[in-house]
Amino acid sequence: MAIRSLSAVVVILLLAASAYGAFFLVPTEATMGIVQRIFYLHAPCGMTALSAFLVCFIGNLGYLFKRQPKWDWLAVSSAEVGLAFCTVVLLTGPIWAKPAWGVYWAWDARLTSTLVLWLLYLSYLILRTLVEDLDRRALISSFYGVFIFLDVPLVYGSIWWWRTQHPQPVVFTSGGLDPTMRKVFYLSWFSLTALMALLIRQRYELEQARGEAEVLARELEAA
Amino acid sequence: MSLLSNTAVLLGKELRTEFRSRELLTTTIVFILMIVVLFSFTFDPTADESRRFGPGLLWMAFLFAASLMLQPCFLREQTNDTLSALRLSVSDPFAIFLAKLCANTLFLALTELLLLPVFGVLYNVPLLPVLPQLALVLLLGSLGLSVTGTTLSAISAQARMRELLLPLLLLPLLAPLLIASTEATAALLDRNPTLRWDWLAFLIAFDVVFLTAVWLFGEYLLEE
Repeated sequence: MAIRSLSAVVVILLLAASAYGAFFLVPTEATMGIVQRIFYLHAPCGMTALSAFLVCFIGNLGYLFKRQPKWDWLAVSSAEVGLAFCTVVLLTGPIWAKPAWGVYWAWDARLTSTLVLWLLYLSYLILRTLVEDLDRRALISSFYGVFIFLDVPLVYGSIWWWRTQHPQPVVFTSGGLDPTMRKVFYLSWFSLTALMALLIRQRYELEQARGEAEVLARELEAA
Repeated sequence: MSLLSNTAVLLGKELRTEFRSRELLTTTIVFILMIVVLFSFTFDPTADESRRFGPGLLWMAFLFAASLMLQPCFLREQTNDTLSALRLSVSDPFAIFLAKLCANTLFLALTELLLLPVFGVLYNVPLLPVLPQLALVLLLGSLGLSVTGTTLSAISAQARMRELLLPLLLLPLLAPLLIASTEATAALLDRNPTLRWDWLAFLIAFDVVFLTAVWLFGEYLLEE
């Protein structure tokens, strides 16, 4: 318990530090102005969502091969957390896009693929609500999870080929980003990933408790 | 070898079941026809406008039709628990999927071929000069539709709200297929028709990825 509270405090401090960095340390971007500061939330959230979906995929594969409920708990927790981060990306995007591009939404490659990704994991979570039996639900949703994760590169590929106007990534290329900007970006990426881990862990325990309660209820019925 | 012979027998069974009643085919054909007709009211279908919107609406119609027509694919094996019988009779459960998806590809392709002339006439687009190329695009697209649709119908058959669930699971997954097949079709209906090999390659990649996934993991969906 103490460790959990401690890690929550650490995550909050990290997030506060990233917010401080984004608001007070980084220089204001020359052409886009103050609104560009949303970048320190927007872009790392996108990357965090992708890593949560990767964890979900690992959970799905784990369940298909090992058939232990814990893999399914991991998958559903990370899918939900990933969807939450993905929602943040989709909400902060338009706030940035309106002043920068003049429109709230452009059907550009990365926006469109993020939206499709969001829809895919929404379907995954809806599927889970429509199957009663725990083992059956774990099995078929794991299968669907593998299917949608395989679809992700195809979605990106097809939409990329089709149209693109999003700012090309400047973070990993040298010279694209001011050093302070880069540091704050990495700090905020790290903090959000820590937040993701914390949330997945919490959600996992909830799912574990639910699963165990369900098993107990079934035993009680049988007795 | 037993995989192929099993598949052939099961495919025969699927085709026999369908061609005895032809329920699925007639309903789907009429359904697509209705979408194509109703869509023509939403814009003025002159030759130029149709070139812009036609390929997209054609593929949307196919996507909707597939998500409805593939519904009963596994569901009808549940009524008398014929799925258990199927499982017992084949050496590799992949044969069940393979037979069903071959049959569904065939049904879809047949439906599409019957509707193409209607589409060409209603929307003022000359299809005859590019028919062989168009058939190739349709075949690859339908294969992708039935690989994913057949498999997901095995999922939706085990859930509640299954009629609504299959489109919900299938449509976002088909976004890449929709883009690729629409672009390939649009290039063929252009004033200077071209066969876009890059999009065809993409369709092949889509088919191969999901076919492999079904081959690897499909049997888990048929477990008791």
